[in-house]
Amino acid sequence: MLEARNLTIKYGLRVAVAGLSLKLQPGEIIAIIGPNGAGKSSLLRALNASVQAAAGDVLLDDRSVATYSRRNLSRRIAVVAQEADLRFPITVLEFVLGGRYAWSSNSAWGWETVRDLEVVQQVLHETELEELSHRFLNELSGGERQRAVLARALATEAGVLLLDEPTANLDLAHQAALLMLVRSRCDTRAASAVVVTHDINLAAEFANRIILMKEGRLIASGAPEEVLTPLLLREAFGVTVLVDAHPVTGVPRITPVHEMLR
Amino acid sequence: MTSTAAVKAPGRVVTLDARLTFRRMFIACLLLLVALLLIIFGTSLLGSEQLPTRATICALVTYGDHSCGLRPDHEAILFDIRLPRIILAASVGASLAAAGASYQALLRNPLAEPYLLGISNGAAVGTMLALVYFAGNEWSRPMMAFFGALLATLVVYRLALGRAGVTPERLILAGVIVTTFLSSVIVFVTTLMDATRIRSFTFWLLGDLSGTTSSMLAITVAFALLGTAVLVVNARSLNLLMLGERDAFDLGVEVGRVRLVVFIAASFLVGSSVASSGSVGYVGLVVPHLVRLSLGSDNRITIPAAALAGAIFVVVADTLARTVIAPRELPVGAITALVGAPLFIYLLRRGI
Repeated sequence: MLEARNLTIKYGLRVAVAGLSLKLQPGEIIAIIGPNGAGKSSLLRALNASVQAAAGDVLLDDRSVATYSRRNLSRRIAVVAQEADLRFPITVLEFVLGGRYAWSSNSAWGWETVRDLEVVQQVLHETELEELSHRFLNELSGGERQRAVLARALATEAGVLLLDEPTANLDLAHQAALLMLVRSRCDTRAASAVVVTHDINLAAEFANRIILMKEGRLIASGAPEEVLTPLLLREAFGVTVLVDAHPVTGVPRITPVHEMLR
Repeated sequence: MTSTAAVKAPGRVVTLDARLTFRRMFIACLLLLVALLLIIFGTSLLGSEQLPTRATICALVTYGDHSCGLRPDHEAILFDIRLPRIILAASVGASLAAAGASYQALLRNPLAEPYLLGISNGAAVGTMLALVYFAGNEWSRPMMAFFGALLATLVVYRLALGRAGVTPERLILAGVIVTTFLSSVIVFVTTLMDATRIRSFTFWLLGDLSGTTSSMLAITVAFALLGTAVLVVNARSLNLLMLGERDAFDLGVEVGRVRLVVFIAASFLVGSSVASSGSVGYVGLVVPHLVRLSLGSDNRITIPAAALAGAIFVVVADTLARTVIAPRELPVGAITALVGAPLFIYLLRRGI
């Protein structure tokens, strides 16, 4: 599986991630939380070799991700970024078919195979985009568009999903729906996911494990109950929070206590 | 009832659709090819000397069989002057349109076009230097034009590359700067030439398909076919690059390699076109735009279809150029710009 060992990332002299280690287990969702500039996104980018490690390494099945070919790595690790920036009209189907690129023959030319189409069909069904598959992406709502971004990542059939604030622009219902899809992929296919998010309560509900980062370092790592404590959150974010149990699910629920409102 | 049927057999919808994409490419290209052949036949009849329809078609189909009854002087006009020029126009149009479509996908900008980005001017400088320094060698012109185009491409790309990647505005501004700089280089090189050639030179700069040789024609046709083939092979990668370099990278595209290959192939296309017939502007803007409007944004369709449609566009434009004020001629670039500039303004106003 995917593993970071003493990973250090630098941009010039600035250290974004400082000697961080983590190991992703099959079927697991890890949420990475922490204040802005904590190095969460840099860590995520390094996991699929988009950003080079200054020291340490990222290993996929005990082999450094840097030694994989682009195509080979993309079959195993998929990224769900925030909404795509579109300049040309493209249909949902065309967009999601993009996820099959890494499976195309070496020449990169040619047309999708029957297998490609079957996978895409299945993914469109899972993400409830079948009805919209012929619509242009820029005509869809934000929630539908983000679902298409997820669908494209699922179409790669990668065992590891990396999600960078996937719910940032979504309303309550769509946030949960999106993470449910990730959850079910992890449960049914032993896939695993790393989610960078600012939504701590959502992380508590969907993640098996939470990693709390500050200034490039790992402050705490563990089950939501272990990491989401007033003490640790105060250390990371510098604010006082109230932690209680969610009345329905029982997972930790945090509420910031703002000084000025007290 | 209908909705359950749709849910039960959803696989069919998508499968059919994707096969239709291939079929759409095939049908579109076939129709465009037929249209191109018809237009080649049609325009070969037109010109300052009207050729007899039946005998000319017969001669074209049989490739110069004397039993068709075409007069020898007409035969000479058809095979030595008109047909080579039409084929040159088709190659130039195909090259510029295919190059334009690929620049647009790669740079994510519907306004990217060899002429507007200064790439044609780079090729023109290369051609002129070849004329000044290696006048006797015909191969030197397309090769120098290729290097000029590639150099201009890399400079524009470098200038346009900001912190946030290549933004549309930066790209166009970089293109303007490179274009104006290279224009002054062109003026400078022109002064090095002898006065008798300057007039034909300025005409060539605006796009002139009249002064070519058979070997130059062969080079242009070969480059057009090869360059377009390379671009078509990379079309699926371009589909993803169209959505952003980071997305493409994440999905498995070797971004740097594809970019370099596309830049080189497009530079060969632009270089050979400019070397043989000067800067025919706006072809790479108008044609891909119309193709995308009617066939969608899949580059596996857009690029081959744009090549064929570009061939048609320039053949028609050149026929106008050589007939509207016959026996005198207009530069073909003047005609294409007449169509292209308003479209550019429209696209710009629509917010790129």
